[in-house]
Amino acid sequence: MQILEVKGVNKSFGGLKALNEVNLSVEQGDVHAIIGPNGAGKSTLLNCFVGRLTPDTGSVSFMGKNLIGIKPHEINQAGVSRVFQTPEIFGDLSILDNVIIPALATQDGSFRFNAWSGVLRRTEVQDKAESILEDLGLADKRHTIASSLSRGDKRRLELAMCLVQDPKLVLLDEPTAGMSRADTNNTIDLLKSIGERGITKIVIEHDMHVVFSLAHKVSVLAQGTVIVEGKPEDIKGDPRVQEAYLGGVHI
Amino acid sequence: MLGLNKKDTTLLFIVVFMTLFAPFILNPFPVGSQLAQFNAGYPDLMQRFVIFGIFAIGFNILFGLTGYLSFGHAAFLGVGSYAGVWMMKLLSMNVIPAILMSMVVAGLFSVLVGYICLRRSGIYFSILTLAFAQMSFSLAYSVLTPITNGETGLQLGLNDPRILGVSQVEGSIPPANLFGIAMRDSYELTLGGWAFTFNAGYYLCAVVMIVAFYAAIRIFRSPFGLMLKAVKSNQQRMNYTGLNSKPYTFAAFVISGVYAGLAGGLMVAMDPLAGAERMQWTASGEVVLMTILGGAGTLFGPVLGAGFIKYFENIFSKINENVLHQWFAALPDSIENVLIAVVYPFIGKGWHLTLGIMFMLVVIFLPGGIMEGIQRLVNLFKRRRTTDDERAGGSSALANNAKAAE
Repeated sequence: MQILEVKGVNKSFGGLKALNEVNLSVEQGDVHAIIGPNGAGKSTLLNCFVGRLTPDTGSVSFMGKNLIGIKPHEINQAGVSRVFQTPEIFGDLSILDNVIIPALATQDGSFRFNAWSGVLRRTEVQDKAESILEDLGLADKRHTIASSLSRGDKRRLELAMCLVQDPKLVLLDEPTAGMSRADTNNTIDLLKSIGERGITKIVIEHDMHVVFSLAHKVSVLAQGTVIVEGKPEDIKGDPRVQEAYLGGVHI
Repeated sequence: MLGLNKKDTTLLFIVVFMTLFAPFILNPFPVGSQLAQFNAGYPDLMQRFVIFGIFAIGFNILFGLTGYLSFGHAAFLGVGSYAGVWMMKLLSMNVIPAILMSMVVAGLFSVLVGYICLRRSGIYFSILTLAFAQMSFSLAYSVLTPITNGETGLQLGLNDPRILGVSQVEGSIPPANLFGIAMRDSYELTLGGWAFTFNAGYYLCAVVMIVAFYAAIRIFRSPFGLMLKAVKSNQQRMNYTGLNSKPYTFAAFVISGVYAGLAGGLMVAMDPLAGAERMQWTASGEVVLMTILGGAGTLFGPVLGAGFIKYFENIFSKINENVLHQWFAALPDSIENVLIAVVYPFIGKGWHLTLGIMFMLVVIFLPGGIMEGIQRLVNLFKRRRTTDDERAGGSSALANNAKAAE
């Protein structure tokens, strides 16, 4: 079953055509990688999915629901969660609070005026948040202020914030950017383990090692268009992909 | 207790104790002594402490939690005051309807102002609120004179209808009261050289402040309060987390507007008049100073900041040159004059200078306000005690070793 269906999406910034007739369909339960050289439009495409950008034309539908023109919080409430390229967390709050906030968002919806309901009502979400932190190895740091975490831990925290919402689709924008090889491998293991939860993932990635160890399907984006789509092993040897990356220079 | 954790309950009890025993705490010096001028335990000032405390607690719910800096909160206080006086003119001299009306009217006004100003954030939000407050101030001065009585300010009159009360008692305006207890009634207690004043009005304000403080703790600790902190920390992340930050900020704005209205209503209950100068931007700035000085985002900080500023405004400003001469009388004349020349600009009418310097020092060295200073002292004390314990533990271990060696 297709969970995300993208049809004929165009987006221009002034004279620059960032996305040109992009078509994409993501199968439920898959890890779908989007790769491509710098400036290919990968992040722009992701921004169109979460409501940060509105495509000029085309449609994006998630489980049959149109996502264009919908506010970011509504898209999240529908079950799409995003991990950013540079970790976006609540820097002044504790790690536990960072995870409780998204858990409350899932439980109570996008707004709830519960100014009187005390700490007690938080216990259920608190348990859930704690168990996610346990899974991601952040449990001993739960009272640390989030901004003091290392970059790797921040990313881990962001993933926890994502997972606590039980999303149907997770968008990961370069989850291993700037990480050491060891951290990258940890992240791969982490992503594999959350794969067992049956969450569909779209991953933007530069690191081919990550792509080939995770993805079920790969779409290659170049100059705003999907040039090739297929299984990782098919993509590897495709001359068009090499041309897109290396600019047609044969080595 | 009361749905609070242990730490918050302790804090609440400290506040209850401090407000209820304020007449004692603020009057530590015997009457007639040199230091008696530092006594702040007279009703008028004590009332101001708690009323501005309420104002700052409410402001802190907006500024401390969501980070939205409003420069127009005095407008809500002013609007509340006018509403309160009108209730006393039209309905009765009982303070309850006046205070309730102040809260309702200020709340409605903050719905309007918040709806418009919250379309922007950051400096633009601040400017919009400032513009609104100045607009209200000017309107109260000019166009709205039939309601506000312009420059003179709104006062009670002998011919006010007071439907549920009486217009006048033996040719004078009846006093503001709470079911018959006049707000200005006081009981004097003299103990040795000390005199303590217990004022009915003060105790009404004190009880209201305790309730307001308790409500603030509940809001701070609720899921709603956590969301307000999220607004301050990273609004964008919040939106991508499925939360709509707008209604949260709006609700915080209205709550703080109602708190400001409550403060305005209490001012009227203590002294039934309202003037436009209550809405001026300096008044809005004052509550910002109070909150930052005490510690924005902390529970108790704003109350402390309010007390601090009001103490300075009323006590420090009273010290004039003559008082200084008295203090330094023991010194040789030449030194005395030099000292006075140095100190003089900082006292009396120059109290703003001292306050300004203190404010700068606090902002530079204690960005978390006075509360951060207190926290640091507590930590220092705790650390010292734990190292002492370790040392004690270490020496006993040594003693054990020595015993074993024997």
